[in-house]
Amino acid sequence: EKVSVEVLDHLEHLALVDFRDSEGVERLQKAIQFADQLHEVNTEGVEPMDSVVEDRCLYLREDDVTEGNCTKELLENAREKVEEYFVAPAGNIPLPKLGERETFLQGS
Amino acid sequence: QVSAALKEGHVTPTELCQRCLALIKSTKVLNAYITIAEESALKQAEASEERYKRGQPLGVLDGIPIAVKDNFNTAGIETTCASNMLRGYISPYNATVVQKLLDQGAVLLGKTNLDEFAMGSGSTDGVFGPVRNPWSYSRQYKEKSVPKSHSEDKESNWVITGGSSGGSAAAVSSFTCFAALGSDTGGSTRNPAAHCGVVGLKPTYGLISRHGLIPLVNSMDVPGILTRCVDDAAVVLGSLAGHDPKDSTTIQDDFKPFELPDLTDVSKLSIGIPKEYHAPGLSSEILALWSKAADLFQNAGAKVVEVSLPHTRYSIVCYHVLCTAEVASNMARFDGLEYGHRSDVSESTESMYAATRREGFNDVVRGRILSGNYFLLKQNYEKYFVKAQKVRRLIVNDFMKVFRSGVDVLLTPTTLSDAAPYVEFIKEDNRTRSAQDDILTQAANMAGLPAINVPTALSERGLPVGLQFIGRSFQEQQLLTVAKWFEKQIQFPMIQLEEIKRHDHGVLQDQKSTSFS
Repeated sequence: EKVSVEVLDHLEHLALVDFRDSEGVERLQKAIQFADQLHEVNTEGVEPMDSVVEDRCLYLREDDVTEGNCTKELLENAREKVEEYFVAPAGNIPLPKLGERETFLQGS
Repeated sequence: QVSAALKEGHVTPTELCQRCLALIKSTKVLNAYITIAEESALKQAEASEERYKRGQPLGVLDGIPIAVKDNFNTAGIETTCASNMLRGYISPYNATVVQKLLDQGAVLLGKTNLDEFAMGSGSTDGVFGPVRNPWSYSRQYKEKSVPKSHSEDKESNWVITGGSSGGSAAAVSSFTCFAALGSDTGGSTRNPAAHCGVVGLKPTYGLISRHGLIPLVNSMDVPGILTRCVDDAAVVLGSLAGHDPKDSTTIQDDFKPFELPDLTDVSKLSIGIPKEYHAPGLSSEILALWSKAADLFQNAGAKVVEVSLPHTRYSIVCYHVLCTAEVASNMARFDGLEYGHRSDVSESTESMYAATRREGFNDVVRGRILSGNYFLLKQNYEKYFVKAQKVRRLIVNDFMKVFRSGVDVLLTPTTLSDAAPYVEFIKEDNRTRSAQDDILTQAANMAGLPAINVPTALSERGLPVGLQFIGRSFQEQQLLTVAKWFEKQIQFPMIQLEEIKRHDHGVLQDQKSTSFS
C-alpha cells in the first residue's frame, strides 16, 4: 500500500519540509515498512510509556523571575529584526497548493 | 596522571593547552574538530596556571583540555550541529554540562564534528565532511591492511569513527584532549567509542542535565562522556551529575561523586549475558571476544548467567518510530526567524519556513522529520506512535525482570563489527546503517539505563573492538567499578599513530599514556 499523493502533500504542509525527489518518497515508504514490524508484538493490556522517569515527580521550581533581560543577546542571532521584534513575512498567506507550488510531488 | 603533573608543576596548563592545539592542527586530516576556540582556550589555560601558582586549583579537572560535541551550546562559540541550518549561530549561553566543566577549570579546546543533528552512526553525514578514525593511521591497522596495488591512494582505505559523536571519540583517541563530551540517543557515544578504542559512558537518563544540549529525542537523549580510561570517566561524571533546576527531567536525589575502588573480589558479582544480543551480523571475532570476556569473569569467581531480553529485536523499530516522532517535533523550532539560517524567500511565513528548512537540512534530517510527521498523523497515531510507546514499556520490563532476578550488570558487544572503511560504509543509506549499527546500543537508551563501552581488543584488521556493560538505573558506581576491573584485566593496547607521530614526536610522548585522574 503506497502512501497517496494527498498524504504526501499533507506531510509537506505539516512539516514544512519537502520530499525533494523520488528518493525522498522511497525513504518514507521504506520507513513505514520498517515500522510495520511493530505490529508483530502483542501489546494487549500494556500501557504506553512516555518517560523512563515516570515513577518520579518532575521538579517544578517556584514561579519567580530569576533571569532575563537578555534581549540584546537573543536578537543577535536573528537575521531580520526591527527594534526589539523578530521580523517575519506575512503570516496569513498559506503555502501554495499542490498544483501551484514548486514540489516534486507535482508530477505524481 | 596529568592532573598530578599539573599540580606538581611538571607541566603548566598553557603548555598543555598549546601542545593540544598544535596536535589538533597536525591531525587536521581526521576532521574531528569543527571549531577550534584557540584564543579562549589559551585564556582559560592562563587563568588555570595562575590558580596552580597560588596553589589553589579548582579540582582535578583544572587546566585539563577537553572538547565538546558541536550540539552543545557554548557561549560565544559557534554551535552548528554540523548543519547548514545553524551555520554562524553563536550560542548566547553555555549548556549546563559545559558550564560545569568550565567552572571546574577545564580548558575548552573546541567543538567536535558529528553527523548532522546527531543523526547517524558514522559521523559521515555532517556538512563539514566525515570524521576519520585515528586508527586508520595507526601502525596496527597499516600492518594488517593489504595494499591492492602500488598506485592505490594510501588514503583511500581510512575507516570511519562510528557515530554520531565521532569527532569527540577521534579527539580523545588521537590525544588532542583528555576528555570529550558526546551525546547518546541510540548509541551515539558508545558506538564511536568502540570503533576508536576509547571509553564511552552513557549515564542514566535523568542523571546529567540536558539543558543546552540541542535535543533530538527528549525522552532518550543524554550527554555522553568519552575518555581514555574508566577512572577518567568517573571523574568527569562526578563533575557533571546532579540535579539541574534548568532541566526538570533531572532527578532530585543527591548525587555524590565517587572514586572507583580497585575491585579484587568479583565473587559476589552476577553478570548477565543476554542471548538476544547474539544478533544477526555479529562478527565471529566479536562473538569470540564476548565469550572470552564472560569466561574471564567466570574464572575470577563471578556468577555468569545467560539471560533473555525477548523484545530486543523490536527495540530498533520502536526507536525508529519514537525518534522520528520526537525529531519532527524538535526540529520545528528551526524556522529561520530567531536564529540560524534564513532563506531569502519572503512571500509568506510558511513559504519562508519551508524554503529555510529545505535549504538548511540535509536528506537524513528531512527524511526523519517527514517520517515522524507520518507516524503522528491522526490516522496513524495509535497504530504507530502509541504502539511504539507500548513496546517501549515491554522492553523496559524485560530489563527490570532481569535485574530483579539478581543480575548486577549485563555484558554485551557494543558493535556488530570493527570500523568499516568509509568507501564501504557509504554504500548504504543513513537509515539502513543506523538500523544495523544501533541494534546493540539502542535498548539502553529506550530503558534509560547506564551503559559503558570498554575497549577490549584489536580485531584481525588491527582496529579496536569494545564490549558494553549495561547497569541498573543510577548505579553508575557499580557499573564503572565492574568496567574498571575488566579494563585492568584486558590491558587494551595503545594506538601507535604513524605519520602523525612523525611531526610531533615530543608532544605525543608526554601525552601517550596519560589519563588525568
